[in-house]
Amino acid sequence: MKIYKIKELLKAKQYTDKNLDDKIINGAYASDLMSDVLTTNFYEENSILISGLNNPQVIRTAEMLDIDAILLVRGKKPTDETIAMAKENDIVLIGTDFNMYHSCGILYSNGVKGITNEKNKKLCVQNSKK
Amino acid sequence: MKKIKNYVYKIQKNDFTNAGKVSSEIKRTLKKIGFNNIVIRKIAVISYESEMNIVIHSEGGLIELGIYEDKITLFIKDNGPGIEDIELAMTEGYSTASSKVRELGFGAGMGLPNIKNCSDKFEITSDTNGTIVRSTIFLE
Repeated sequence: MKIYKIKELLKAKQYTDKNLDDKIINGAYASDLMSDVLTTNFYEENSILISGLNNPQVIRTAEMLDIDAILLVRGKKPTDETIAMAKENDIVLIGTDFNMYHSCGILYSNGVKGITNEKNKKLCVQNSKK
Repeated sequence: MKKIKNYVYKIQKNDFTNAGKVSSEIKRTLKKIGFNNIVIRKIAVISYESEMNIVIHSEGGLIELGIYEDKITLFIKDNGPGIEDIELAMTEGYSTASSKVRELGFGAGMGLPNIKNCSDKFEITSDTNGTIVRSTIFLE
């Protein structure tokens, strides 16, 4: 799914330039705790991080894992520093008023897969076969 | 095996503004040399979690990045106060972080377990003078 479609589905605001709107997103991970995000391998390219954390550490985390885009939920506004850091790293930063559960549900039901780690991979594969 | 390059990065305690900058620099350095993405991501996670640990829990410290023909090493050392119970600190979910740290998105109690999981070889020692973590990633 392309970024502009995600924006449309979630009525999202954009905080970074629109030049990356055509980027395709295949997988997503949602958490407010960055160490939990860092447990996922993110071997999958083209990913989005869904979080309520609006400080620069959310961008740093995305940078470390080569995450392409960040969706801030629950109407959280990024700080100026967060926006500047996203731009510097070519990370798309968007925000929605939907909460995390709804945001995930909307994206999942429209075909964006969840990203997992090795430990939970089996569980997720089994579940998707049901 | 011969050491090709060595970099040392200093990290200040409680420096939340710059937390992550060293890891960002390490990542850029490894990218420039041309290591594959998976190796870089593992080193980035180890370095970032270590950097946050030094900022949050210690009196300051350093990360030393060593590049060899067949491996990459991270030597992480802080100036105390040391970890009282290493086994407990290695338990997923155990954390002593303050609410301020949690607001930053850290303190999930996954730092050291993440570092261990990303390492091919992992050693930790700690006393009141400080904590030393040695992490190695072998290159194929």
